[in-house]
Amino acid sequence: MTATIDAAPYTVEEVCERFDPVMGLEVHVELNTATKMFCGCANAFGAEPNTNICPVCLGLPGSLPRLNGTAVESAIKIGLALNCQVRERSGFARKNYFYPDMPKNFQISQYEDPIVFDGYLDVPLDDGTTWRVEIERAHMEEDTGKSLHIGGATGRIHGADHSLLDYNRAGVPLIEIVTKPIVGAGVRAPEVARAYVTALRDVLRGLGVSDVRMDQGSMRCDANVSLKPKDTEAFGTRTETKNVNSLRSVERAVRYEMGRHAGVLLSGGTVTQETRHFDEQSGTTSAGRPKETFADYRFFPEPDLPPLEPSRDWVETLRAGLPERPWERRARIQTDWGLSDEELRDLVNADALDLVADTVDAGAPPEAARSWWVSYLAQQANTAGVTLPELAITPAQVARVVALVADGTLTNKLARQVVDGVLAGEGEPDEVVTGRGLAVVSDESALTAAVDEALAAQPDIAEKIRAGKTKAAGAIVGAVMKATRGQADAARVQELVLERCR
Amino acid sequence: MSDITRDDVAHLARLARLAVSDAELDMFSGQIDAIVDTVSRVGEIPDDVPPTAQVVPQTNVLRPDTEEPCLRRDVALAEAPAAEEGRFRVPRILGEEL
Repeated sequence: MTATIDAAPYTVEEVCERFDPVMGLEVHVELNTATKMFCGCANAFGAEPNTNICPVCLGLPGSLPRLNGTAVESAIKIGLALNCQVRERSGFARKNYFYPDMPKNFQISQYEDPIVFDGYLDVPLDDGTTWRVEIERAHMEEDTGKSLHIGGATGRIHGADHSLLDYNRAGVPLIEIVTKPIVGAGVRAPEVARAYVTALRDVLRGLGVSDVRMDQGSMRCDANVSLKPKDTEAFGTRTETKNVNSLRSVERAVRYEMGRHAGVLLSGGTVTQETRHFDEQSGTTSAGRPKETFADYRFFPEPDLPPLEPSRDWVETLRAGLPERPWERRARIQTDWGLSDEELRDLVNADALDLVADTVDAGAPPEAARSWWVSYLAQQANTAGVTLPELAITPAQVARVVALVADGTLTNKLARQVVDGVLAGEGEPDEVVTGRGLAVVSDESALTAAVDEALAAQPDIAEKIRAGKTKAAGAIVGAVMKATRGQADAARVQELVLERCR
Repeated sequence: MSDITRDDVAHLARLARLAVSDAELDMFSGQIDAIVDTVSRVGEIPDDVPPTAQVVPQTNVLRPDTEEPCLRRDVALAEAPAAEEGRFRVPRILGEEL
């Protein structure tokens, strides 16, 4: 009997009383190279349809693939960051299938000899512990075109009258990262799945090899889930859930499939090996096409691309250039800067961690650097409708402003005007200071003259101050600040007012 | 000797969306016959010869990641049987044979 109806899902706790979940996660990552994997067309998201296409990515007769060196380098870096071995000799293979999203009728991929294999990623979990996810392999391939199905309900392929193809994405470099079976996670399986994809995203972002935007499809996760009865060895039949487009969805999809499998198995049915489609709205999955077997793809070696034999020197150079693990770096920064968990989280969420770190590297104290980015600059970004990294000011420029405040050249208020000038394209902070004439008036005689002038203009107030009502000095300070267009140090002016009234 | 008929060639031509004349059917059936015969000689190779997909002793042939001119969209779409909204139009994908 084949159960195809959705049985009522069980909770993961109920599932794990009877079964052990087994997961396999396949993550596709689009590289952020300038060009495609096998041709010089631009690799750009959101361009007008079919504006980045050429005979190679259209699969026109006689065209030949030429491998992107930067994509290979990114693949090796990803492998090294995932503690993988780099294969001494690897090659490409044709994965044959007949579907209009790949106009060659095959996708160039890697099959028996992926460029990197046998690694692991130690994934931080919510409770502070670590879960080691073993990596089977990561291989290079090309992305497919995008289809638009016309005439059916809600753009689905079912019932469509015809389809429209945009091949801008066809040939975009992809790395597919495949885990070994993740066993023993029990009730934590959904959390482990989410934590793994999160950690992977952070690692890849740290490497700078991909935009890793799940919402834009530059990072996509397929979740394989199966259940095996407790105390048995053989894995159960798995399903592969696609269309999992957020970190939260990874966790929900695994949780739902665990419950659904248990429902099928406990009612005496068999799980059908198939592709499932995750529905973001309902948090459920529905059956897609039956899983194609490997034999269906008739993999064979790609004769048009010579093999890769990365030299040991190349690999070791790339290894030496690997960045710190993102979560280790965050922990180090938190300690170094004395941040609370909340302050750190705010920085990360605002995409400000790198900016602040670079500002600190440029010489600013952490507290001042952080304060600029999370308050004044965050407001400016918000007003302009851009993200912090998109603001037209560099960490080095912010560090210079901080230094100008520290040495007394600028007050905080003037410093904000300097930042405004930089954002408005008026040049470096020092140029804005000169251009706008913003430096603090520190010429004592000029300040004293301004104070005397203000006192003379308001003799009644001057009298009050002389009588000991020092609070009245505020009005004189205000007048002096106005006269100097805010460029005096108010505290120093206050001192001068009191001195002159003594 | 394989036996590629005119009907086989006509069928292949239809699959490949190529218009082939009667005279070409005769010519191609003979030529394809010869090609299939030649390829079938692969079967004579002893089993202990390792398979190879590469006959040129080259490795690490890499292209710099720099943009090169693409095809203009109107040029690319003009080659397609049908186009719509700047995209290639293809017949219904599922259930086409029904």
